Amino acid sequence: MSEKNNKTGFVAQLKGGIIDNNPTLVQLLGMCPTLAVTTSVENAIGMGLAATAVLICSNIFVSLLRKFIPSQVRIAAFVVIISGFVTAVELLMKAFFFDLYGALGLFIPLIVVNCIILARAEAFASKNKVIPSAIDGLAMGLGFTVALIIISTIREIIGAGTFLGFPILGSAYKPAILFILPPGAFLTLGFVIAAVQKFRNTKEDKERLARLSKIDDEKEGEA
Amino acid sequence: MISLSFVDTLLLMFSAIIIENFIFSKFYGCCPFLGVSEKTDTALGMGMAVTFVITLSSAVTWIVYYGILVPLKLEYLKTIAFILVIAALVQFIEMFLRKFVPALYSALGIYLPLITTNCAVLGSALVNIQNNYNFITSVCYGFAAALGFTLAIVVFAGVRQRMEYSEPPRAFKGFLLTLIAAGLVAMAFSGFSGVSL
Repeated sequence: MSEKNNKTGFVAQLKGGIIDNNPTLVQLLGMCPTLAVTTSVENAIGMGLAATAVLICSNIFVSLLRKFIPSQVRIAAFVVIISGFVTAVELLMKAFFFDLYGALGLFIPLIVVNCIILARAEAFASKNKVIPSAIDGLAMGLGFTVALIIISTIREIIGAGTFLGFPILGSAYKPAILFILPPGAFLTLGFVIAAVQKFRNTKEDKERLARLSKIDDEKEGEA
Repeated sequence: MISLSFVDTLLLMFSAIIIENFIFSKFYGCCPFLGVSEKTDTALGMGMAVTFVITLSSAVTWIVYYGILVPLKLEYLKTIAFILVIAALVQFIEMFLRKFVPALYSALGIYLPLITTNCAVLGSALVNIQNNYNFITSVCYGFAAALGFTLAIVVFAGVRQRMEYSEPPRAFKGFLLTLIAAGLVAMAFSGFSGVSL
């Protein structure tokens, strides 16, 4: 493989993870942390980077061990690998970013059951070589982080009138607290996903939508 | 370790079901909440399976933590230990039900494998340890939190079932409408958040 090919592959993988196949906004995986930690941009960045670190390390290890893990017990093996790295990240955060660790609470250990990480281990890292797997982990992790930052920016600005803790809407603005409460999480995520679906109307999506609405019409016809 | 009186335990359970609902205030277990809530009977099946697993896993993880990890000074391995215990427990429950209670297996069987990656299970085990609950309180808390999960998913499935018959604008169809409905149900539940017991 020439260097140019490698480069375009890298860029394509990154673009795929962040935009075309964004794990949160397109594949709709990992909803729990997305809803829970997006109350402030700071938490979102912390959570996104922690998950990215776990994702890269677990993808590398799963890929390294892909020939040694028997396929019957692969899920259990992946979970052990992932939880090992999650514990490492948890201890590091406790040591160096204690405030963030306190703010994210149990969602740091709960990265273990984040579907994105298990899904990438199963769908990509267990079938590919080490370097593409590491890049895949980086791309998907950044996609997750970007999604969290988008959602948390909206929630923090509307719900608290601040961005990264700095007041930006002036003192006259009365924050709509609803947006940092749980209902706001569902509403914001819904509208962000709708906007993403609107903007990335690729050809396949249009075909799928047409097919779906055809099925809907048929159903209505039957009814 | 905290040991609560009978009344305090009841209050804790009530608060876990209604006020600090796993879905609507803590966001544990949102994937099955959004995924398996299209019909009330499947939602109820999922809720019952989760209740069964969380109650058992609360007991088992408590024993593993205080019986094995604390004496060996390996508390920092609790995440790994708990997820393995939960995965093994789910597998064991599945085998046990298939062999001895086929009726229950046919009702809950398809939901059981999904539960290993349900963060409500690992979440409630970790909350029990974090709050220093004793054995009885841990099991009661796990049971109540799972009942709260069941309540949330069944109520939400009821809402979604009603939505099937309505005609939303085409742009709203699909996941967006589901999330907006979840937001509205969450708003109803947040009415309880001011209550302090």
